[in-house]
Amino acid sequence: MVKRKLVLSFPENIVTKPITYKLVKEFNLEFNILRAEITPDMEGKMLIELRGDKVLIDRAIKYLTGTGVSVQEAAKDIIINKNQCIDCGVCTSICITQALIIDSKSFKLKFNKDKCILCELCLDCCPVSAIKVHM
Amino acid sequence: MAKTIEEINEKIKNGKVVVLNAEEIIDYAEKKGIKKTAKEVDVVTTATFGPMCSSGAFINFGHSDPPIKMTKVWLNDVPAYAGIAAVDVYVGATELSETEGLSYGGAYVIEDLISGKPVKLRATSHGTDCYPRREIETYITRDTINQAYLFNPRNAYQNYAVATNSSNRTIYTYMGKLLPNFGNATYCSAGQLSPLLNDPYYRAIGIGTRIFLAGSQGYVSWYGTQHNPGKERLPNGTPCGTAGTLAVIGNLKEMSPEYLKACTFHGYGVSIFIGIGIPIPVIDEEMVEFLKIKDEDIYTEIFDYSVQRRNRPSYGKVNYKQLKSGKIKIKGKFVQTGSISSYLKALEISNVLKKEIKNGKFYLTNYVAPIPLEEKYNTLDILSKEEL
Repeated sequence: MVKRKLVLSFPENIVTKPITYKLVKEFNLEFNILRAEITPDMEGKMLIELRGDKVLIDRAIKYLTGTGVSVQEAAKDIIINKNQCIDCGVCTSICITQALIIDSKSFKLKFNKDKCILCELCLDCCPVSAIKVHM
Repeated sequence: MAKTIEEINEKIKNGKVVVLNAEEIIDYAEKKGIKKTAKEVDVVTTATFGPMCSSGAFINFGHSDPPIKMTKVWLNDVPAYAGIAAVDVYVGATELSETEGLSYGGAYVIEDLISGKPVKLRATSHGTDCYPRREIETYITRDTINQAYLFNPRNAYQNYAVATNSSNRTIYTYMGKLLPNFGNATYCSAGQLSPLLNDPYYRAIGIGTRIFLAGSQGYVSWYGTQHNPGKERLPNGTPCGTAGTLAVIGNLKEMSPEYLKACTFHGYGVSIFIGIGIPIPVIDEEMVEFLKIKDEDIYTEIFDYSVQRRNRPSYGKVNYKQLKSGKIKIKGKFVQTGSISSYLKALEISNVLKKEIKNGKFYLTNYVAPIPLEEKYNTLDILSKEEL
């Protein structure tokens, strides 16, 4: 059993297809939708955590890619530029899962990727533009 | 027994000075007691590193040939005030770029100059017999210009408000991004390390006090604009919100980008993080009483920034220990908090200043004139001439 957090982007033409259902039925995967939204231009975006057999997850990703869904590892996406960051901590107030915290001993900003659900609320809150997302 | 600045400076000269930062003094005074602390410690270093919008720089470019009396000036497309003689300007930190809008402004020009980067200078004029040139476009750096000094009308606020948002939409303010329905709260003070919170009645800090200003040795030039010392205070002397302020001055050419950083608050505009460190001489036991202040002894008030009025509704007071814990309670609900000023950088500055004093590179000053303890705080009302 392994766990992987992925960002799925659904193009307009397949946004109505029951793709996640297939993940359960065909690949025997457990999934947890952490966030989902449909943007105004009708591209669907989903942050999903998959749990199951490693080989089956790989096959599921292949299946998803085949249907036109773009798949990205989620935790890789938020990047804190440590050279730019001044450790003020204003982003920690925005971070609902507390993936971003100010360490109480070192007073440094810490980013825990495992806790990040990629909500992107932090992106426009950094006064020195140290938070970026890689899409 | 009271110590004088001269005695402390003598100790600095002889390498015998005892310096602690405003965090270390807390435990020291707790363990050793007030009397012993006053005797043993000579200087306490305080510091802050936060966005200070009311900042800017005076610059003299030198004269071109033929010369120009600049009437409109742009630095990297950011307008600078040129209504002072021929080649003097003042570039304000929050002035926005005419080409890049909210993402570049005066603060970035200042940071670029300090970093030694080239800055495009463009100016126009009506032309005079003594200054015939009507326009100029050239590049300048820190090294090609004459005098350049930061002159910040309002820095180092003695405490500040906590901002939150009760409305149902996200708002973008100078206190950062505020999520709807009390989604978060932001604050902006170094708390127990902050200069004016450690000298609440301005016994040590006054006009003429030498300070650490963005890496240089600068000075307190005046009390700051909106200086409001009459704010309600706790018995320990600290005000429960915005009170005293300082106007500061320092040589831009000696500053470091480590301690001065341009910033943009999304949807609001440009500001500038300034690092300020102020040494406080431990002249007597009363001074120790003020210096041993800690986060839980300093209170500030929570305001609703979604109310677009001068007087915003208050949701009560909290202390800095609660704020730094990461959450506070507003109307019975837990709300996540975040600081806009960097405690880590403030701590770093207090330690740099400590080292400079210990190494005999920074001497303390007696102030030339005190900062007023009484000052009327006016508001701007819309009146006809007759109503004045």
